[in-house]
Amino acid sequence: MCLDDESLTAAYRQYQTELVEAGLLISLGVPGLYGRSGIFEGVIEHFEQYVTQRGAFARAEVMRFPPMMSRQHYLRTGHIQNFPDLMGSVHTFQGGDREHLKLLEAREKGEDWTRNLAATESMMVPAACYPLYPTATGTLPSVGRTVDLRCFVFRCEPSSDPARMQLFRQREYVRLGTAEQALDHRNGWLKRGQEILNAVGLDARPVVANDPFFGRGGQMLAATQVEQDLKYELVVPIATAVKPTAIASCNYHLDHFGHAFDIKTADGKPAHSACIGFGLERIALALFKTHGFDPTQWPTDVKRVLAL
Amino acid sequence: MVCDMTAIREIVAQHGRLSADARTLEFGTNLYLAGLTSLATVGVMLALEDHFNVEFPRSMLSRKTFESMESIADALGELVG
Repeated sequence: MCLDDESLTAAYRQYQTELVEAGLLISLGVPGLYGRSGIFEGVIEHFEQYVTQRGAFARAEVMRFPPMMSRQHYLRTGHIQNFPDLMGSVHTFQGGDREHLKLLEAREKGEDWTRNLAATESMMVPAACYPLYPTATGTLPSVGRTVDLRCFVFRCEPSSDPARMQLFRQREYVRLGTAEQALDHRNGWLKRGQEILNAVGLDARPVVANDPFFGRGGQMLAATQVEQDLKYELVVPIATAVKPTAIASCNYHLDHFGHAFDIKTADGKPAHSACIGFGLERIALALFKTHGFDPTQWPTDVKRVLAL
Repeated sequence: MVCDMTAIREIVAQHGRLSADARTLEFGTNLYLAGLTSLATVGVMLALEDHFNVEFPRSMLSRKTFESMESIADALGELVG
């Protein structure tokens, strides 16, 4: 570990400790898993209301999905190819009395009791828009569709960085339609997303980004994603100014999900899709970092925008 | 040419999942236009590494390296020396 990494880790730990000591986050004994206080939740609630207000023009269909999705649907998203290290597969015990005894014995002996668990039909949702696509199979109206989503999503990446949670909420506006409709949505929301974040006092700026694709092949995928100008992130310093954190992202998926889930435009072509995702916990953390831990003391403008 | 073009062609045919048969393509044909996806590129890369006993460095892990059988041969030429 180089000195920079060490000082980065120290900055993460320090902010994490401050948040836990202030009671905003409740430690659950696993890096990246936290309870949230009423104040923390209040900030997210008010921020979301502001997003809803700014997104009202889109007349989006509101859909809310649980944080688990069908294993079969998951396999069609391409996540297992691109991010196998981040997945969450749900397993349970499905044996009889004998197997149960073996399981308890293994547990007693401190052995690995999880080896004989069986996979359920469910996977943890890795991105808020994934549960939408399987429900959208078929032909879209000519105006396409815009959907407002919010979901807890799971990513297995334990970290001391409080902004890198394993379970967190994404608020998304997803567009399904033609390439033009999808790109307009992505570009429009990149601008609007920045305005929204600026309005609450966060100095967010857009950067071209790539997803954390797995492995060496993933480096190629990442380079391709950048080359094709598919992903932007809105970044802001949270634990440290050295390495700003993405608090929202605007993505154009080309026709990936249209192909995968047989979603077609009115003229029968595979639909294109795009989304903006706000990382709600990260936004709350950025707000607490920027304006302090007590929202009653936040700048008047910010309180007005958030109706605090 | 340093590299065994027949082997490259065979690897692209086996792992490239192209819409066309790689055995009928010109060495300079753009493989992405022939249906090579990002994911299939990874398969091609790993098979090339196994066959030629090399490892593509980070700087070569780009779309350009795998654009055609010719560009693959050029990259391998650099690695094999």
